[in-house]
Amino acid sequence: MTTTTLAVLVPLLPFLGAAAGLLLGRTAPGFVRPLAILPTLASLVLAAVVALRQGGDQPINAATELTPTGSVPIELALYIDGFAALVAVLVGVVATCVQIYSTGYLREDPRYPSYAALVSLFTSAMLLVVYSGDLMVLLVGWEIMGICSYFLVGHYWETPEARAASIKAFLVTKLGDVPFLIGLFALATDAGSFRITKVLGTVASGGLDHPTLIALLLLAGVAGKSAQFPLHTWLPDAMAGPTPVSALIHAATMVAAGVYFVARLLPVFEASQAAMIVLAVMAAVTMIGSGLAALAQDDIKRVLAYSTIGQLGYMTGALAVADRGAAVFHLLSHGAFKALLFLAAGVIIHAAGTNSLAAMSRMKDLRARVPDAYWTMTVALLALAAIPPFSGFFSKESVLGAAEHVATGHAERVPGAAGWVVLGAGLLTALLTAAYAMRLWLLAFRGRGAEAPDHGRQPLTMTVVLWVLAAPSLAVGALAYRVLPDWFDGRDLAPTLTTSVLGTGVALVGGIVTYAAWRHTAAVAARVPLGAVAAHPEGDAAQVEAEAIASHAPVYGGVAYAPDPADPGRLLLGPLHRHAAVGFHLDAVYRALFVRPVQGGASLVRFLDREVVDTYVRGAGALPRWLGIAVRRAQTGNVQTYVSALLAGTVVLAVAAVLVATGA
Amino acid sequence: MHLAYPAVLSALLFCTGLYGVLARRNAILVLMSVELMLNAVNLNLVAFDVWLSRTAEETLHSGQALTLFTITIAAAEIGIGLAIVLAVYRNRGTSDIDRLRDTAESHDADGPDRDASTAPPAEKAEATA
Repeated sequence: MTTTTLAVLVPLLPFLGAAAGLLLGRTAPGFVRPLAILPTLASLVLAAVVALRQGGDQPINAATELTPTGSVPIELALYIDGFAALVAVLVGVVATCVQIYSTGYLREDPRYPSYAALVSLFTSAMLLVVYSGDLMVLLVGWEIMGICSYFLVGHYWETPEARAASIKAFLVTKLGDVPFLIGLFALATDAGSFRITKVLGTVASGGLDHPTLIALLLLAGVAGKSAQFPLHTWLPDAMAGPTPVSALIHAATMVAAGVYFVARLLPVFEASQAAMIVLAVMAAVTMIGSGLAALAQDDIKRVLAYSTIGQLGYMTGALAVADRGAAVFHLLSHGAFKALLFLAAGVIIHAAGTNSLAAMSRMKDLRARVPDAYWTMTVALLALAAIPPFSGFFSKESVLGAAEHVATGHAERVPGAAGWVVLGAGLLTALLTAAYAMRLWLLAFRGRGAEAPDHGRQPLTMTVVLWVLAAPSLAVGALAYRVLPDWFDGRDLAPTLTTSVLGTGVALVGGIVTYAAWRHTAAVAARVPLGAVAAHPEGDAAQVEAEAIASHAPVYGGVAYAPDPADPGRLLLGPLHRHAAVGFHLDAVYRALFVRPVQGGASLVRFLDREVVDTYVRGAGALPRWLGIAVRRAQTGNVQTYVSALLAGTVVLAVAAVLVATGA
Repeated sequence: MHLAYPAVLSALLFCTGLYGVLARRNAILVLMSVELMLNAVNLNLVAFDVWLSRTAEETLHSGQALTLFTITIAAAEIGIGLAIVLAVYRNRGTSDIDRLRDTAESHDADGPDRDASTAPPAEKAEATA
């Protein structure tokens, strides 16, 4: 088969798997698990074959016109360069791991068939986004991901948190998608085509009339999808979904789509200096804010969610300094270790029966209960904190190196200010990242107090994928930074000495300071009992997690917060902790700015409908009703009355007829 | 005989019948009054048939034929009518048509949606007893 055929099959197979899974889910439950795993696995193999055949050479470019539109044509187009090929492999790896893990995680879940089908559809949509060479087709995948994330985040719809989170995820990303759509139209109008190759050609020849406007409109959609400030608020709340879904959304699909989109259309953004500055500031605010917020979260998955936002900040930072190689490098390594972190967190939540770090810090020997999760999570956290030689170190250093390169004035097309902003924020975030990674590790695995509950071994499907993902987190960075430039723009991704020393130094400082704070506060932990565990610890992991999410707010007073005086984050952040725990009150601001006015408008409309419109309707009905009442009075039931009326009528008619006949 | 005599007689008969239908309470008497009205019409038919056939050269005496029809139908009608009255009397113990008001609109029902349950349950039970 030709490479093009294989590439078409890559997004198509999970889609067919999803369709078959939805159709057969009820009638043939035995087929659900193979239908979930095999198409995804097959598309991973095909994506790897496509990547090998493409090999970072000339992009594969194929197109067929979908429908004549009269103006700008929409084409089913493939455009596979080195970025697309490698990102598709990452998507395949993470999606396959997630599907395998889900068979254990949602072992007893009655809604597993639809869940697995939606995960397949999600994967297929992301692969479509990755391979598509046409912006409209890309948008289709982009929106399918939005609706899939809505369904999957709301998988535990019995809990109010999950319902609210799924609606929020959908609405906030849509808030970005509307400007995104307008931006795409504006871009296509200027370029005369939705094809990425033609758009890039137009940009290269300077044919773009409104580069700043288009770039900013597109950035809104990217900020919504990739959870960048100020549209990031859906991501921490999306933790109310099942852990494998969080892993899928955070590592490879949804949030990666935004970064990948900018990477693909980077010349469009480069055409506008203002857009690059906005991108840099957005990245900086996102990085630092999410780092501080992550340090204050109590829910283990919310810590990881804020860390995702921060790492995405690094990627947008790399894009702001026009180095998409570094951005996609970080996207790849982050995808591996963040998927690992989430899947390991799922195992930990199952074993501990709670998602609260405060409760875990009061359990002795939790690490002995989940040795696989302990070791792999340690690897992933070291990668997250960018400690050499783990993969996160190399990708993060390539971002910082690119920022330094720009800041010192070695790049012509990018403003130096963007470089300084990204470099400063990146170094500060490296410190924060190491601090919250250390805090998470210490609280989860170095707890003191009562023995951790023992529910036996975790399912094999859940532990094996952790080791599968641990390998790239451990090793891929060192191997990849020499090879990847051939696949990407050819720009060097090797870490530079200055930023490596600086970055590793601040990371070590962050880790050591957190450790010191933890030593200081750990003594308090034993004195303050805290925490609750799931009501059905013997159930499957999904049930335990749903119960943990549902009970967090009633037990600790908030989804993100726990009144734990022994938390090292509280000591480190000081008075800032209170604000960081609630995401710097951004939700409250949105509530005041958007939710309240909309609710006010809705109640006004309701009043108008109920009281004004309905009054007219009721009034229109009143006259016939009164007439009816009057006529009904004649209905006495006495036949003689009726006959009398008949007689009277006859007489009147006869008289009238006579009068007419005589002409009177 | 002048046409006026039978015409006046039939008018008197008809008015008597009409009065009976409108004013009598007993259902049997109402039926008898209906018969009076029918016979008034019969009388008219016969009288006018005779009056018309006097001038015509050939006639089919359709008025008199129609009278025969009416008499036949009236016989059937009174048979059925009396049977109904008898059945009602056996059920209700009365043949007073003032008290046979099952089809009356009850006065407490205001809304159009309450039409279905207009007849009070007691009366219904009585009707089906």
